[in-house]
Amino acid sequence: MSQNFIFQVENLQKNFGGLAVTRNVSLAMQPGDRLALIGPNGAGKTTFVNLVTGHLRPDSGTVRLGGDDVTRFNPTQRVRHGLVRSFQVTRLFLDMTPEEHIALAILQRNKQSGRMFGNYMALSGMRSEVDELLSTLGLDSLRHSKVRQIAYGQQRLLEIALAMALRPKVLLLDEPAAGVPQSDTGRIEEALAKLPDNLAVLMIEHDMDLVFRFAKRVIVLAAGEIIFDGSPADVTRDPRVREAYLGSYGHDSSVA
Amino acid sequence: MTVIDEKAPASTKHGHFKRDLAGLAVMVLFAIVFYLIFPNNLALLTRITAILLLVLSLDLVTGYCGVATLGHAALFGSGAYAAGIAAAHFGITEPITMVLIGALGGAAAGLLSGAIILRGHGLSQLVLSIAIIHLFHEAANKASTYTGGSDGLSGIAPDAVFGIFQFDLWGRTAYVFSIVILLVVFMLLRQLVQSPFGMLCRGIKEDPMRIRAMGASVRGTLLKMYTISGAVAGIGGALTAISTQVVGLDSLSFTMSAEALVMLVLGGVGSLYGAFIGTIVFMFFEDFVSAANPFHWLTLVGALLIAVVLCAPRGIYGTALERLPNLWKRRS
Repeated sequence: MSQNFIFQVENLQKNFGGLAVTRNVSLAMQPGDRLALIGPNGAGKTTFVNLVTGHLRPDSGTVRLGGDDVTRFNPTQRVRHGLVRSFQVTRLFLDMTPEEHIALAILQRNKQSGRMFGNYMALSGMRSEVDELLSTLGLDSLRHSKVRQIAYGQQRLLEIALAMALRPKVLLLDEPAAGVPQSDTGRIEEALAKLPDNLAVLMIEHDMDLVFRFAKRVIVLAAGEIIFDGSPADVTRDPRVREAYLGSYGHDSSVA
Repeated sequence: MTVIDEKAPASTKHGHFKRDLAGLAVMVLFAIVFYLIFPNNLALLTRITAILLLVLSLDLVTGYCGVATLGHAALFGSGAYAAGIAAAHFGITEPITMVLIGALGGAAAGLLSGAIILRGHGLSQLVLSIAIIHLFHEAANKASTYTGGSDGLSGIAPDAVFGIFQFDLWGRTAYVFSIVILLVVFMLLRQLVQSPFGMLCRGIKEDPMRIRAMGASVRGTLLKMYTISGAVAGIGGALTAISTQVVGLDSLSFTMSAEALVMLVLGGVGSLYGAFIGTIVFMFFEDFVSAANPFHWLTLVGALLIAVVLCAPRGIYGTALERLPNLWKRRS
């Protein structure tokens, strides 16, 4: 059973003091899944992300990647095992160029980042892969600009390019469109549509339009537990979801 | 589009190479000019060469990796004592072997102090580095059987280089020997900082958490760089042992560590050329001012530093690199 799943979380539990912030959360993903995790503020999304990436240790439960139990792995080991994340606020190297970012990710993936001599662009396959990723995301013209000089929306695209360059099995996108002006979210969406078909993507997002267009499946987290797991079409009709988002008002209005 | 893509990286690669060759030519030229201008002061020039290696080594960890340290002379002094002890107590007096022993001693000191300093961050890192330089200093002071303690280690008599070039009284051989080693090390370091490893280090300096999220080990990478940096500083130390034929406790001092950092900031952190310029300007300025005004020279050194930090916050080289292109544009 677990062989089909590339990513599995079982009965994950985390308490801070007496407060249960993650309660018995279980979910499983297959290659190619497009899953969105949503929930009101304070629902425990960030804690969940930290438990998955390894920045927090769960009190109980397991995290599996490709059938292997990685619950005891630290964040770096999980990345090497194929779980890559993007950040809610871009974390890029401001004095480096997009070309260098992508090259560094490729070098890291190929275990060549420790090489102490030679021009990395001369390594076989490097130039063509960097070219391809930059043009897929429309960043060609900026390849030699310092990241601090490029627009925020383009920095977000570069975050996605970095994640792709690492060729993960599971990609965790933490609000990929946060801070991007409405006019530019289209480009982020285009980039997300180009993610490899066999990649399992778990997106945490507030922008419901983006969630509905991207995700094939939605999970709603409220007060640390999963209250809904189903199709985007059904989520707004679910009474428990309305209750969680809107309190008692939810009974007579719909989720925006 | 493809034409541009093909050309741009090729030209930057070519540009690096050209710039390195030009840099090398300028250095050789300066070495010759200094030799001709100061034929009676070659000892100072040789000393500058050795200190340059210390400052370059500091730039590797501070400029390229963002590690704050005020204890970098520990690596330099370890190299000096390693080469000195090998010569004075074990009869290893072949100069190139002494340099290699200095590199090993420095690398070992780099590994050890790196393992400790890298446990801290920011201020705690700085405090750990200060503790380390004092511990090294005290260890050398106490182990006087080997180090000569506060009297210094003497009895270092290096052989002729390749059995031909004797170390002469005027310090000509020592100067040329130091310059050649400096240039070799410099070219190797230019390779290193432009390599994938160098890029990984720059990434760590900017955002270690991002590097971890890419699956790379931050501590392991920094420790490697610290060890390399130790070897470079150790070579500088060995050169002082060879050229002056004594090693004193001052080579393991806090003052020297702090001065190295000052020279680096003066020239420009994060660029090997900046380390070069900072060291040369500081050492010459110090030498010139202390001769011109023995009473107030430290005041003048302080004034120079304040002037540079206020007017050229990125150091002499860093600021020149930033402003010169604009000046050129304005003129044309």
